[in-house]
Amino acid sequence: MDYEPSDVTVVDRKDEITSRIPRPAEAPAPASPPQQSSETPASGLERMHATRHIRLEDLHAYYGSNHAVKGVNLSFEPGKVTAIIGPSGCGKSTMVRCVNRMHEEIPGARSQGRVLLDDVDLRGPGVDVVAVRRFVGMVFQKANPFPTMSIFDNVAAGLRFTGTPRDEITDRVNAALEAAGLWDEVEGRLSEPGMSLSGGQQQRLCIARALAVEPAVLLMDEPCSALDPVATLKIEELIGQLKQRVTIAVVTHNMQQAGRVADTTAFMLSGELVEVGPTEKMFTNPDDERTEQYVTGKFG
Amino acid sequence: MTTDAATAPSSLLSGQGRGLVDRFGDRALYLITLLAAILSGVILGGITYEVFKLAGSAISKFGLGFLTTSNWDPVHEQFGAAQFIYGTAVSSFGALLIATPLSIAIALFLTELAPRRSRTPIAVLVELLAGVPSVILGLWGILVLGPFLNDTVEPALHAALGWIPLFGGTYSPVGLFPAMVILTIMTVPIVSSLTREVFATVPPSAKEGALALGGTRWDMMTTTVLPYSRPGIIAAVMLGLWRAVGEAIAVTQVIGGAPGIHANIFIPAQTMASQIAAQYQGASPLNQSALGYLAVVLLILSLVFNGVARLLVRGVQRRAKVS
Ligand SMILES: Nc1ncnc2c1ncn2[C@@H]1O[C@H](COP(=O)(O)OP(=O)(O)OP(=O)(O)O)[C@@H](O)[C@H]1O
Ligand SMILES: [Mg+2]
Repeated sequence: MDYEPSDVTVVDRKDEITSRIPRPAEAPAPASPPQQSSETPASGLERMHATRHIRLEDLHAYYGSNHAVKGVNLSFEPGKVTAIIGPSGCGKSTMVRCVNRMHEEIPGARSQGRVLLDDVDLRGPGVDVVAVRRFVGMVFQKANPFPTMSIFDNVAAGLRFTGTPRDEITDRVNAALEAAGLWDEVEGRLSEPGMSLSGGQQQRLCIARALAVEPAVLLMDEPCSALDPVATLKIEELIGQLKQRVTIAVVTHNMQQAGRVADTTAFMLSGELVEVGPTEKMFTNPDDERTEQYVTGKFG
Repeated sequence: MTTDAATAPSSLLSGQGRGLVDRFGDRALYLITLLAAILSGVILGGITYEVFKLAGSAISKFGLGFLTTSNWDPVHEQFGAAQFIYGTAVSSFGALLIATPLSIAIALFLTELAPRRSRTPIAVLVELLAGVPSVILGLWGILVLGPFLNDTVEPALHAALGWIPLFGGTYSPVGLFPAMVILTIMTVPIVSSLTREVFATVPPSAKEGALALGGTRWDMMTTTVLPYSRPGIIAAVMLGLWRAVGEAIAVTQVIGGAPGIHANIFIPAQTMASQIAAQYQGASPLNQSALGYLAVVLLILSLVFNGVARLLVRGVQRRAKVS
């Protein structure tokens, strides 16, 4: 599926984010006759809106008195993959969890600063957190499919949250499984439990689940750290294919992985952003000495 | 230490350097706890034996027909348990029908919704309710609850749902309905606190998954917490049922103790447990034996509910360990 900007029906959902309505309506196309969806089976991902720009401005995050992220300024560019590297505990997860506001789910956690999706501050007043998470999808370190659901229901779950019409769900689930590179492996067994898949398949199921709701941004927090090299490679290929449609940020401990998938790499150290730049440059000729030391394995 | 090389190992092995309590403490503790465990087994066995012995003559006289006939006639020494089984079944299931959704709601509120600071105090309050002696609850049932149900709730229910025979048009301050409400009050603390523990076994990563996908709190509960907890909730309800079926005192106080099987839950009835509690003193030998038979039925029911619940709980724990 090649990406052609002109083919994409850009659905502007900026209003949804700023409205407080907990269940934003889907793309406003109720007038379309029902048979249309069967004519274009892969309608799901083709309707995906254009990628968006994420900009963190002076972002701080705390766990109680622990200052975990200390004034980060960073952009996730549309059409590009941004890798976030840094030693364990430097605040990578905390930072990306601020983007979809999962950080605030942790008791005692708070944050400060701005997280801009294009020009809307996702942390601003009147912004509905549920809507934010529909724009900004997330894939976790450990695959976490819904434990009681079938493969199909796992992918359909997010669509059901948004009240997607029944007759659309099947097409969009299939399209999402296709996009996550899982379709060939699960075709014909969609009603089996999601937990019956292998670890790598479960992780791609989680990616499919996140893609099904057509997020503009996808945050991946060490998506491959529990996977073997083959499964890892599959997900890396997937990231390469998806980046045209979704703005992607990947947290990783694996330098080679950052080198393979990322256009831009950001290096963090004890809550601060040390340096960000083109991946190539970060690994060969970084400006900051600490980056140099980290990428060459001299510390961390 | 100036022990020579030859004596060192033997003195270490004999443990003579250690005091008496130190040497025998562990063994004594083991024996005491073993004894306690054996004793409780013996007591359970003894009780079962006694109950069956008491029930013996009624069992041989009435057989299984005892369970399906409903006349209880001490004068002509004819005994059948159907009306009490009916009373127990309706009061217990009715109570669980109200208590289950209520308990799930309380548990959800306390684990997912309530402000963190208020969770423990509210949980403690709910559990304190379980500490009210049942005879006091029964007294409250007689003095406050019964009249209130009779004057307000029963007429309202009849007006709204009177076409269902359960909500018939005759009211009484004592009867199955007050018994149900009392049993509800007694089972909610147990069922809700067990349910809360079950909810605590739901993997946080699964809940995060639902939220990160753009689920509301409600979505998270219905897609993750509740389905995952289902076996545990069933176990909690079974334990509640076990409590309700066996409760005698408070039920005796509010149920009215009248014979017969009536669809109308607003009028007096009787349960197995309350019949045993109310009639045993001064009954004729065969009558006592028939009460013993009731006790056998009650005991078997209790063991079944409890056993099933325990099996389910074990399943939940095993799964919680795996994930
Ligand atoms: N749930 C939490 N509660 C309290 N403190 C936390 C919590 N999660 C993380 N922290 C603290 O915040 C800081 C940053 O943690 P974070 O998880 O963001 O690091 P990370 O860069 O993702 O590390 P890793 O590479 O090991 O995943 C650490 O000091 C950590 O101890
Ligand atoms: Mg992390």
